[in-house]
Amino acid sequence: MMLLEVKNLVKSFGGIRAVRDVSISIPEGSISSIIGPNGAGKTTFFNLLTGIYKPDAGSVEFNGRSLIGLRPDQVNAAGMSRTFQSIRLFSNMTVLENVMVGMHSRLDVSVLKTLLRTGGFNRQEEHVRNYARELLHFVGLTGKGDELGRNLPYGDQRRVEIARALASDPKLILLDEPTAGMNPQESNEATVLFRRVRDERKVTVVLIEHDMRVVMGISEHISVLDYGEKIAEGSPKAIRENTRVIQAYLGRRAAGAEVNSGSPA
Amino acid sequence: MTAQTSQSPWTTFRTWFSRPSVAGVVILAYLLIVIGALLSLNRADLLFPLYSTLVFPPFVLSPLVILASPLDNRIKVTLILVLVVIAMPLIGIYDSSYLELTIQICIFAGLALGLNIVVGFAGLLDLGYIAFFAVGAYSWAMFTSSAETVFFVSGIIVPGWAFYIFIFVGVVLAALVGVLLGLPVLRLRGDYLAIVTLGFGEMIRVLARNADQPINFTNGSQGLLNVGTPPMPQFWVDFIGSIASTLGIRIAGNLEPLAQQMLFYFIGIVILGVIIVAARRLDNSAIGRAWTAIREDEVAAIAMGVPLVKMKLLAFATGAAFAGAIGVLYAAKQSFVSPESFSLIQSISILAMVIVGGMGGIRGVILGAIIVTLLNLQVLKNLSLQLNALRNIDFIVPLINFHIRDWPTQLEPAKYERLVFGLLLVLMMLFRPAGLLPEPRRKLELDVKKRAETPVITSSETGD
Repeated sequence: MMLLEVKNLVKSFGGIRAVRDVSISIPEGSISSIIGPNGAGKTTFFNLLTGIYKPDAGSVEFNGRSLIGLRPDQVNAAGMSRTFQSIRLFSNMTVLENVMVGMHSRLDVSVLKTLLRTGGFNRQEEHVRNYARELLHFVGLTGKGDELGRNLPYGDQRRVEIARALASDPKLILLDEPTAGMNPQESNEATVLFRRVRDERKVTVVLIEHDMRVVMGISEHISVLDYGEKIAEGSPKAIRENTRVIQAYLGRRAAGAEVNSGSPA
Repeated sequence: MTAQTSQSPWTTFRTWFSRPSVAGVVILAYLLIVIGALLSLNRADLLFPLYSTLVFPPFVLSPLVILASPLDNRIKVTLILVLVVIAMPLIGIYDSSYLELTIQICIFAGLALGLNIVVGFAGLLDLGYIAFFAVGAYSWAMFTSSAETVFFVSGIIVPGWAFYIFIFVGVVLAALVGVLLGLPVLRLRGDYLAIVTLGFGEMIRVLARNADQPINFTNGSQGLLNVGTPPMPQFWVDFIGSIASTLGIRIAGNLEPLAQQMLFYFIGIVILGVIIVAARRLDNSAIGRAWTAIREDEVAAIAMGVPLVKMKLLAFATGAAFAGAIGVLYAAKQSFVSPESFSLIQSISILAMVIVGGMGGIRGVILGAIIVTLLNLQVLKNLSLQLNALRNIDFIVPLINFHIRDWPTQLEPAKYERLVFGLLLVLMMLFRPAGLLPEPRRKLELDVKKRAETPVITSSETGD
C-alpha cells in the first residue's frame, strides 16, 4: 500500500532544472531515504512535496488525494510534516511553545472562543500543553520545555524540530538531513529515534541524508538523485553496488577503478 | 568590578523586596507618599510645574509597580482597582489637568497595545497604524458634527447616546479597513511592508482632507467641529459635585466640564481594560502562538500548519479594531477631528511607545505609552512653564549669577520635544534594544508543576 506516490515531478528555476521527471513511491509504514550529492535537488524535492514550491509538472498523490496546488499549511493538515535542513525553530519561543505551534492545524482556532475563554477553549489548551509535553518526552527532552529553543544544544534542537513536526499527528514525516553536524554517537541516538517514530507513533519516515552509515543502517528503501534526476532506487545493498550511484558520488574514473565492474570508462 | 559593586545593592533590594510582607509595606508607603504629595501640591506655588512633573509620573506608574511586586494576585487587583476607581478620580477632582493626562494615557496605551498586536506579536511593521484610529474617530465625528457635511445638511445626525453603539461601529469599520489594507500587503515583509503601510496611512489622511468635494463628507482640512459627546445624566454631575463638596474642594466655575472629563476617564479606563484583557487572551492562545511563530520564521510557521494569510489578516484586523474603538473615544473627547491629528508623526510616536516599552509584552507597551505620553504632554511642557514662571519673577540662579530672564525663548524644553524623543530612541536602541520591559516567555511547564504540587489552590489565570 503506497502512502505517497510522486509521478514525473518537474521543477525549473530559470534555466536550471532542479528536479527532472522524478517518480518515487513510498510504502506506508516504511523508512526510506533520498540521497544524492550536494545540489542534486533533494531539498527542492521536499519543498515541492510540502507546497513551498509549486511543481511545473507532475503529480503528487498522498493518502489517496492530490497535493498539487495546496499551500504548505494545507499539506501539513493533510498529514505530511517536515523538518528543515538548517534548523528553523521559533527561536524566541520556548521549546514547549514550538511544539504547541506544530499542533495548529489540529486545533479549533476561534477568536470568539479565545476572547471569551470558553470551557472548550480551556480544555483544548490543556490538551495542547499535555500533548506537547508528551511529545517532548518522546524525543527525550523531558523537562526542557521552558528553555528557549535557541539555548538548546544543536542535537536537542533537532529533536525539538522532530517533536514539532510530530505534533500535527502526521502520517508521513520528511526529515531533511536530520543528523547533519552530529557526532557518531549522536547520530546513532538519532537513528534510534527515527525508528521509534515509525514503530511507536506509526509514522512513515522519509529522510534526506548524507551520512551513509545512518542511511544504510536504517533505510528499507533508498532513492538516489543526481542533477535533479532519479538515477537509482532499491534496497541499501543494491544501492551500495550500483555503478551509477558510485559514479555520481565519486566521479567516473574513481568509480571505474574502485568497483571494477567493467563499465565503459 | 564596577558593575558588580553597583549591582549588589540592587540585588539586595530585590531579595528583600521579594518578601510579600516587605513588598506590601514598601508599596503602601510608596502610594501614600505619592498620593499625599500630589494632593498637597499648590498651583500658586512658584515651583508647582516642577513639583508636579516630579510627582505625577510616579503616581501613573504605580499600577505597574504593584504588578511587579510579589504580592498575592488578589491584593494586586484590589490595589489597582482602588487606584483607578478612587484615588485617580479624587486627584482629578482636585486638579482636572491630571484627569486630562490620564485620559490621554488611556488613549495612547490602547493604541500602542493595538499596534503591538501587529508589530510586536506578528512582527508586521506597520507605519500607517494611525489610519485605523482615524477611521474610528471619523466614523463618530461625521455623524455628530455640526459642520456643514452632507450628513448634517441632510439631517442624518445621531444622538449622543449612540456613542456607546458607535464604539462597536468603530471597531467593525476599522477592522474591515484593516483587512482591506492587509489583503494587498500580505506578500510583503519588513521594509517593503513598512513603506506600503506608511503610504496607506498618508492616503487615509489625504482622503480625509479632500473628501469635502464634491460631496462634503469630512469637511476637509477645516475638520469637524462640535463632535457629539455621550450624554451626561444629571445625577452624575450632582454626584461629582457632592464628592467635591464633601472633600471641601471648591470647583472653579461650572461643574459640568469636570463631570464630562470624569465620564471620559471612566469610559477610557473601561475600553483600555477590555483591550488589555483581549490582548492578553489572544497572546496566550493558539492565535498568539501562531502570530509569534510568523514573527520568528514565516516559512517554518506555514510548514507547521499555520495559515499565514488568515493569521496575518487577523492580526491587522485586531490591531485596527482596538484603534477604531479608541478613535471613537478620542473624537468625542476632543470634540474636534481634523486630518492633522492623524499624521505620520503620530504613527511613529505610537511605534516608539511599543519599542521603548518592549515589543510583544503587554506591560512593557503600557509602560512605553505612559513614558512617551507624559514626556510629550507633561514633562517638557511643565519644564517650559517652570522656566517662564522663574523668568516672570526675574529669578537669578545663585552662584553663577544667571538671570533666567536671559535664557532665550528658542531654547525652551517644549520646543525640543522631538529632539528629546529622538535621543530617547537612540539611547534605547543602544542600551536596551529589547525595550524597558522585554516580552517574557511564558513558563508553561513550571506553571503546571506548581499546580501539581499545590493542588488545593486553583489559579484561574495561567500566569504570563
